[in-house]
Amino acid sequence: MISSSAQESIEKIPTGIPGFDHIALGGLPKHRTTLISGTAGSAKTVMAVQFLTAGIVMSDEAGVFVTFEESPEDIRRNMLGFGWDIGSWEKEGKWAFIDASIDPEQETVVAGSFDLGALMARIEHAVRQVHARRVSMDSLGAIFGRFADSDTVRKEMHRLAVALRRMSVTAVITAERTDEYGDIARFGVEEFVADNVIILRNVLEEEKRRRTIEILKFRGTPHQKGEYPFTISPGEGVIIIPLSAIELEQKSSNVRISSGNERFDRMCGGGFFRDSIILVSGATGTGKTLMVTEFVAGGAKDGERCLFFAFEESREQLFRNAIGWGVDFKRMEEEGRLKVICVYPEVMGLEDHFIKMKEIIREFKPNRLAVDSLSALERVSTVKGFREFVISLTSFIKHQEVAGLFTSTTPTLLGGTSITEAHISTITDSIILLRYVEIFGEMRRGLTVLKMRGSSHDKEIREFTIDSRGMHIGEPFRMISGILAGNPMHVSESEFERLETLFGEEQSR
Amino acid sequence: MSKYALKLYITGHTPRSLRAIENLRRICEQDLKGECEMKVIDVLEQPQMANEDKILATPTLIKSLPPPSRRIIGDLSDTRTVLLGLDLHTFEHTPMKGCE
Repeated sequence: MISSSAQESIEKIPTGIPGFDHIALGGLPKHRTTLISGTAGSAKTVMAVQFLTAGIVMSDEAGVFVTFEESPEDIRRNMLGFGWDIGSWEKEGKWAFIDASIDPEQETVVAGSFDLGALMARIEHAVRQVHARRVSMDSLGAIFGRFADSDTVRKEMHRLAVALRRMSVTAVITAERTDEYGDIARFGVEEFVADNVIILRNVLEEEKRRRTIEILKFRGTPHQKGEYPFTISPGEGVIIIPLSAIELEQKSSNVRISSGNERFDRMCGGGFFRDSIILVSGATGTGKTLMVTEFVAGGAKDGERCLFFAFEESREQLFRNAIGWGVDFKRMEEEGRLKVICVYPEVMGLEDHFIKMKEIIREFKPNRLAVDSLSALERVSTVKGFREFVISLTSFIKHQEVAGLFTSTTPTLLGGTSITEAHISTITDSIILLRYVEIFGEMRRGLTVLKMRGSSHDKEIREFTIDSRGMHIGEPFRMISGILAGNPMHVSESEFERLETLFGEEQSR
Repeated sequence: MSKYALKLYITGHTPRSLRAIENLRRICEQDLKGECEMKVIDVLEQPQMANEDKILATPTLIKSLPPPSRRIIGDLSDTRTVLLGLDLHTFEHTPMKGCE
């Protein structure tokens, strides 16, 4: 039975699955069996395989994979896409399969009482042979489906969990569930692996698939609570995005960098901070992409590397527009100071966008990053998912000491804020508003620095014009109030001073 | 030459294992007229054999001859099910179809 070691405090072993050890506060409970439960297509098998591959890659720990469902050949082949060459690990004696998959041609009849002694003996044998520290079993549903006598299977699986503990291996076992928010798993398996439960979800939210992982319980040892988004990346497998595990410990830089527009730098008290996140908000056509273009051009001029993610316009459009403002993207790319990446937001989910962007940022190592626009990405996500994305992205680039300029499109032409802003305004260091201003039947453009963390800045709303040399910032709008609210009104000279103080309040709202 | 090739997998010499061996001997003698070649394999001693035959449960009886190959799980206490499951029939001249 359970030895006295069960009474000792529970250690954890790092799994090596990206992000998992963060949310698990160290890893999986050592020498225990953890249940990974999820609906069909929730990446249970990938995670079970990855638990072993990560052990081999990270700490050279051998593993045994018990498959009740797919054949070892299928698993070897399917996992090659993740860059996991199971076959070669088998040759090196780091991986052993226990093939417990069903043979469709083999009819089996039950005549009398039985146990799963053979399975246990085979696992023990394999664990000894490769000196395994980790065991993955996939899946419980398949073995329950094989035998009508669920009670026996349940009892035997419990015996197996105890035997694994005795062998000092850490194990995971997958199980199926029918509902995303319901019983832990089918067949009442909680009874024998109740100590440690992880749930994988693949929820359809507003027509979008969202994968999350939740550690439901680790008996006797703490873990992060709640659902964490994850994605499945071709080269890496499961990657968990540990949102709340991201620490807010970014250094603050006092170094100023140019916005690419000298007049605008003066409005900001000398330029943006080296590691700040700037949000540019405005209706369509107010000049957001122009600001991005100038920001990128300003960086390249100072010898910095700039990365530009465009989610709204094609490469051709962007390059042509930039030429129209006197900026040559093509040459900058040839000189290796710029990389423009145009992606249609709908091609993948937001988690995948995030992973992809991270990869490119790591590879290109930019000094500046521009995203035009964030609102376009919002289309492919849920509100919650989007907020998580923005937090993850901003904290990631801050760690890399990259200045980020994001744009956000407001839904209305005059005034207004977008949902994007409401979600991310607190995360950004600076907010710049671009607004149309209607004066006597004429549309003009206004710009203001709404917020700039750690710096004094120009509080006025200035008019600006756009021509073939870019953006020209002029004088503040006088005698007009209500620009930000989208309702500009002329005021008489006498009321001007009083209203200007009110105006200040409106700005900070 | 034996007519029936039978392999019985067991886990250790537990009461259930012994019961299975006992039941198989009896079926062999009484129902199969002793024309059996019977092999008992303990998975604790020969796990590699269990791997090759992909055995999970014990006891498991495999009939490899005459074809088709058949598997029976359990201590074989239910003689009727064992005989039906093995596609073995005591009436030698009855064709396969008639058995179903």
